[in-house]
Amino acid sequence: MTKTEEIAKGVLSGDRRSIAKAITIIENSMPEAPKLIAQIFPHTGKAHIIGLTGAGGAGKSTLIEKIVREYRRKGKTVGVIAVDPTSPFTGGAFLGDRIRMQELSTDEGVYIRSMATRNYAGGISRATNDAAKILDASGKDVVIVETAGAGQSEVEIVKVAQTIVVMHAPGLGDEIQAIKAGIMEIADVFVVNKADRENANKTAIDIQTMLQMCNKKAGWKPPVLKTVALTGEGVPELIEKLEEHRCFLEADTEFRESLLKTKAEDELLEAIKERISRALIDQLQRQGKLDELLHEIVEKKIDPASAAEKLVKKAIDHA
Amino acid sequence: MEDARKIRVLIAKPGLDSHDRGAKVVARALRDAGMEVIYTGLRQTPEQIAETALQEDVDVIGLSILSGAHRTLFPRIMERLKEQGLTDVMVFAGGIIPEEDVSEMKKLGIKEIFGPGTTTEEIIRYVMDNLPKRD
Repeated sequence: MTKTEEIAKGVLSGDRRSIAKAITIIENSMPEAPKLIAQIFPHTGKAHIIGLTGAGGAGKSTLIEKIVREYRRKGKTVGVIAVDPTSPFTGGAFLGDRIRMQELSTDEGVYIRSMATRNYAGGISRATNDAAKILDASGKDVVIVETAGAGQSEVEIVKVAQTIVVMHAPGLGDEIQAIKAGIMEIADVFVVNKADRENANKTAIDIQTMLQMCNKKAGWKPPVLKTVALTGEGVPELIEKLEEHRCFLEADTEFRESLLKTKAEDELLEAIKERISRALIDQLQRQGKLDELLHEIVEKKIDPASAAEKLVKKAIDHA
Repeated sequence: MEDARKIRVLIAKPGLDSHDRGAKVVARALRDAGMEVIYTGLRQTPEQIAETALQEDVDVIGLSILSGAHRTLFPRIMERLKEQGLTDVMVFAGGIIPEEDVSEMKKLGIKEIFGPGTTTEEIIRYVMDNLPKRD
């Protein structure tokens, strides 16, 4: 058995060290990555993958800790991927989501991994999807992905998760904020955290009002729930809704089929784009074609887009 | 290139002291040096530290302790790391660790102790120069 096969086998049997190594391999695009994914892919599709997004400070990590505890109470095993932003200047990251969940680290039924966005846009990292697959294949019943604190454009999570929870906290904006596009459109469940605060009710009403103005997502009406993450208040009801959504997805097989197909298409196209651009750029660099045109661009003899057109057309014609 | 392997560091505070300014300063400095730093907050047990290091597949662990309990806690931590098979992780420590205890700590497998007055540049340099070779 090769090392990759050993790690894959370890992942499938739930071995934590293998899971750790596997995530590292795919996160760093190591040479073993494609083989590893190929081996675990057939064993994915069993876990309920939940995405949790929302503005920083709304209480995501604190709430996740309570959500995990509740799932554990029900006998489910849980994987958590907590994403934090990479500095565009230094390339480093401070991954601090775990602080709020640290008591769970010695629970054998919980696996927590912190990931940096590594400058991938949209609130997650490029490897988050595959990391979720690894946790899925390792036998976790639920996988929770916490995005890097969101503005309104952190919607990449839809490519990873089946159920999206969007968190709000009172005082982060008025009704107009609630209407803005982006993460408000992707929610399957809305949560207003810090519900012990004064304007929590108003925030919930603002969201409900906004929902009434929008189209419903194919038969599922996103509920607006209130929680107090610090105490765990509202969490059992939240879990109920998450379970309801999972059942809804499983029951509507046509909808589910189309979701799976869209996901497959997204992943395939992304993989193709990545390989083509890498191969093409490598080739152009090797042939010195890029340097030739750089000079002309600097001298304003040609603009970058036209230069790219030239290079790509030639490369494709030759292919 | 965004896929280049990043150095992953766990900064942990074992024991009961709640002075974490130093730990946070080091964490930020390592982040600014391009590393991915997992900071797990106060009052970590040896079990939590070892388990976190395992799940996060870190290359380096920095232990910060100011309570004087290092002679009790560090052996337990190194023992747990060994149990988890994490013998290829580089462990360094800082905080208040008296000079006379340094060689005892190093015998446990802690590569270096950075006392008060150490610059963050020194720590960054040390980590970069002594990165464990991991496959």
